[in-house]
Amino acid sequence: MLEITDINSFYGKAHILRDLSFSIKPGEVVSLLGRNGAGKTTTVKSIMQLVKPQTGQIFFDGVELTQLPTHKVAKLGVGYVPEERRIFTDLTISENLEVGRQPPREGVFEWTTDILFDLFPNLLERKNNRGKALSGGEQQMLSIARTLMGNPRLLLLDEPSEGIAPVIVEQMAQTILRLKDEGLPVLLSEQNLHFARLVSDRAIVIEGGLKKFDGAFSELEAQPEIRDAYLSV
Amino acid sequence: MGLFVAQLLTGLANAATLFLVASGLSLIFGVTRIVNFSHGSFYMLGAFVGYSLMQVLPGAIGFWSSVILSGLIVGVIGVIVEVLVLRPVYKAPELFQLVATFGVILVIQDLALMIWGAEDVLGPRAPGLKGIVRFMGEPIPKYDLALIAITPFVLFGLWYLLTKTRVGVLVRAATQDREMVAALGVNQSWLFTGVFFLGAALAGLGGAIQLPKGGADLLMDFNILAAIFVVVVIGGMGSLPGAYIAAVLISVLNVFGVAYIPQSTLVLMFVVMAVVLTIRPYGLLGREEVAGEHGQVGEPEKPIKPASGRARIVVGLLLLGLVCLPLLDSHFVLILATDIIIFCLFAASLHFLLGLGGLVSFGHAAYFGGGAYVAALLVTHANAPMELAFLMAPIGAGFAAVIIGWLCLRLTGVYFAMLTLALAQLLWSLVFQWDEFTGGDDGLVDIWPSAWLSEATTYFFFTVIIGVGGILLLRHVAHSPFGYALRASRDSNRQAEATGIDTKKIQWMAFTFAGAMAGVSGALFVFSKGSVFPNELEIAKSFDGIIVVFLGGVKTLSGGVVGAASLELVKDYLTRFEYWRLALGLLIIFVVIVAPHGIVGSIRRGYERLFSRSTTRVDGESS
Repeated sequence: MLEITDINSFYGKAHILRDLSFSIKPGEVVSLLGRNGAGKTTTVKSIMQLVKPQTGQIFFDGVELTQLPTHKVAKLGVGYVPEERRIFTDLTISENLEVGRQPPREGVFEWTTDILFDLFPNLLERKNNRGKALSGGEQQMLSIARTLMGNPRLLLLDEPSEGIAPVIVEQMAQTILRLKDEGLPVLLSEQNLHFARLVSDRAIVIEGGLKKFDGAFSELEAQPEIRDAYLSV
Repeated sequence: MGLFVAQLLTGLANAATLFLVASGLSLIFGVTRIVNFSHGSFYMLGAFVGYSLMQVLPGAIGFWSSVILSGLIVGVIGVIVEVLVLRPVYKAPELFQLVATFGVILVIQDLALMIWGAEDVLGPRAPGLKGIVRFMGEPIPKYDLALIAITPFVLFGLWYLLTKTRVGVLVRAATQDREMVAALGVNQSWLFTGVFFLGAALAGLGGAIQLPKGGADLLMDFNILAAIFVVVVIGGMGSLPGAYIAAVLISVLNVFGVAYIPQSTLVLMFVVMAVVLTIRPYGLLGREEVAGEHGQVGEPEKPIKPASGRARIVVGLLLLGLVCLPLLDSHFVLILATDIIIFCLFAASLHFLLGLGGLVSFGHAAYFGGGAYVAALLVTHANAPMELAFLMAPIGAGFAAVIIGWLCLRLTGVYFAMLTLALAQLLWSLVFQWDEFTGGDDGLVDIWPSAWLSEATTYFFFTVIIGVGGILLLRHVAHSPFGYALRASRDSNRQAEATGIDTKKIQWMAFTFAGAMAGVSGALFVFSKGSVFPNELEIAKSFDGIIVVFLGGVKTLSGGVVGAASLELVKDYLTRFEYWRLALGLLIIFVVIVAPHGIVGSIRRGYERLFSRSTTRVDGESS
C-alpha cells in the first residue's frame, strides 16, 4: 500500500536519505529503526512531503505522493504523528481533535471522539483543558488521537515512546496493537527496540540514510551483529 | 459631569472604527505572520467605496447596505492582493512580505487618486441618525450612540466565529503551527485567503462606517496606520478583546487629551503604548512570542565573507566613478549623488541592525532626523560652528539610541519593532509640536556648512569621504569580533549566552552604533539641504529604510547600500510622472516576486547556481 523507491532527501546541502526503498503492505505494522540522525524522521517527513525528496518516488495506493502538497497527502489518508507531538497548546483537547477531523473514508474504521476518549480516558477528563496543561505522555496521546480523527488508512508514528514514562509506553503499545486489530497499517519510527518488538511484525534498520536490514523481527533477533552495529541498545 | 460623559461617549464612538480596522490587522498578522502595511489602504478604500455607493443607494437601507457592501468589496480586494502579491512570496524570508504590502500602499494611493480625485470628500450623514441627543445639557450625536452600540456585536460576532466554529478552530490552530495544520489535511492556502478576506473586510467596514464622522481623503491610509499598530500591540498581538480594550483606551484618552492638554494629541497614544509595553511586554492580553514556534521555514544564514579581489575592484571602480562625477559639471547630478550617498549610509546603518543584529527597527528615522535636528538646533540656538554641530549629531543620535535601545531591547520580534516605532513617533511628535524650540512644522532653516565646504563640489567630496567612510566602517565592524558576537546573538541567542556573550549588551551596543551612524547621515543631510523638517523623523522615512534594506537583500552585506542607491535613482526618474506611486509600487511588487532574496541576494543565488551545479552533482555521486 506504501511503496517507496530510491528516494534521496536533503536538508539544505546535507544528504540525509540515500536511495532508500521499502514498502508497507495492508494491515502491517513496520518498525523503522536506527540511531539518532540515521534518517528516521526525514523518512517520515519525506512521505508527508514536509521534506521534498529530490529524486525517487513514493506511491500510496497507486497515487504518487512526491510533488503533492502536504495537505493533499494527509487528505489521501496518510496520518502523521510528529516526533515533537506538535499539539496546539492554546486550543482545548476537544478543539485539537476538531482540527484533525476529516470526513469518514470508505472501508476504513471511522473514529469518533467517543471512541477515542474511550481509548484514552485521560483525555476525556481534561477535554476542556488547554493543550499546554497536559503532561508529555498525555500530549502524545492527544497527538495520536488527533491524527486518528482524520480516519487514516496508514499511520506514521515518529518516535512515540521518546521521553515518556515506561507505564505510558506500555499503554501506547496496547493502543498500537488495538490499531493493528482495526486493520490500520503503521510505520513506527523507533529507537526503543523493546517497544518496537512488542507491536511490529517487520523491522527496517537504517543508518546514515542507507537501508541496512529489512525483514521479520525474528530475523533481526537472529542477527545480533546488525543490532550491535546500527542500534544503540 | 455632563461634559465628562459626553467626552467619554465620543471616545467610545471613535473606538468603534479603530477597533474594526485594528481587529482585521490583528487577525491577518495572527494567522499569516504578515505585517500588513497596506491595512490602512484597505480602510481608505472602504471609505471611498462607501462614499460612492451612498451616492447611488438612497435612504437608511441604502446607507447601511453601502456600509456592508463596502466591507465585502474591500474584502474581495484583499483577496486579490493576497492571491496576486503575497502568495508568491510566502516562502521568502520572514518580514519580507511587508515590502510587498508597502508596494500595495503606493498602488492603491494612485488608484484612489485616479478614481476619486485629490479632493477630500465629505461623508453623507446617516439617514435617521442625523440629530443629537442631549445628556445633562451636552449634545451627543445619535450616530455616535449607534457606533457605540454596534461595536460589541462585531466583537461578539468575531469571538463566536473564532471560538465556536470549525473555521475558527482551524484559524487558531494555524496561528500556532501552520505546518501541522497542513499535515492534518487542511489546505492552509484557503485559510490564509479567508483570513485576508475577513481582515480586509473589517478594515473596509471601518472605513465606510466612519464616513459620517470623518469623510474620506487620500491621507487616511497612513494616518490610521500608526494608530492601528499601536492598538494591536497594546492589546496584544492576535487578541481581539485586547484590541477592543486598547481601542477604547486610546480613543477615550485621545478625546480627553484634546480637551485638556491639546499639545499632547500626537504624542499621547505612543506614550500609552510605551508605558503598557514597559509594564506588560506582550500587550494587555497578549501572550509571549516564542521564536520558531510557528513552523517558519528559516534557512540557515550564509556566513559573510570578506570581499573577494573581484568585489574590491568593482567597488574601487565605482568609487573612482563617484569621484569623477564633478567632471560632468552638472549641479543636478552632484545633488542627486549627494542624496544617494546620504541615503545609502542611512540604509547601511539600518542594515547593520536588521541584517547583522536581526533587530527589526521600525523607527530608524529617529536617529537620522535626530542627528539632523541636533546639528540644526546647535546652529540655530547656540550659534555653534558647523564642525562642532556635525560632530554632535552622531553623539546626540547615539544618545537617543542608548535610551530607546535600553527600553526596546527587553522585547523581541514584532513587539520590539513596534516599540521602536512608538518611541520614534514620540520623538517626531515632540519635534512637531514644540514650536518654540524646534520650529514645529516650519522646520529649521539656514543651516549651511562652513565657508570651506560651501561649494557644491567640495561638499560632495566631503559627503563621499564621510558617507563612504561610514559605510566601510560599518562593514569593518561587521567583520570584527563585535560583529561576530552580534551575529551569534542573532542566530542563537541562548547558545551565544552560553559561550559567555552578553547578548543584550552586544545588541544594545549595536543599536547605539547604528543610531550614531544614522546620525552621521542626518548631519550630512541637514548641511547639504540647509534645512530640516519633521518629516525626516516620520514613519515614512523609517519605512523607506526598511524597504531598501529588504529590497537590496537583508542577508547580504551590501544589500542596504545597493537597495538604497537603486530606489533613490528609480525614484528620481519616476517622480517626474503624475502617477509615479503606481509605477513605483508595481515595480516594488515585481522585484519582491522575482527576487525574493533581495536584489543582491537573488543575483548571488543565480550566480551560485550557475557555478555550483557541478559541485552538487559530485556531492550526490560520492554517496
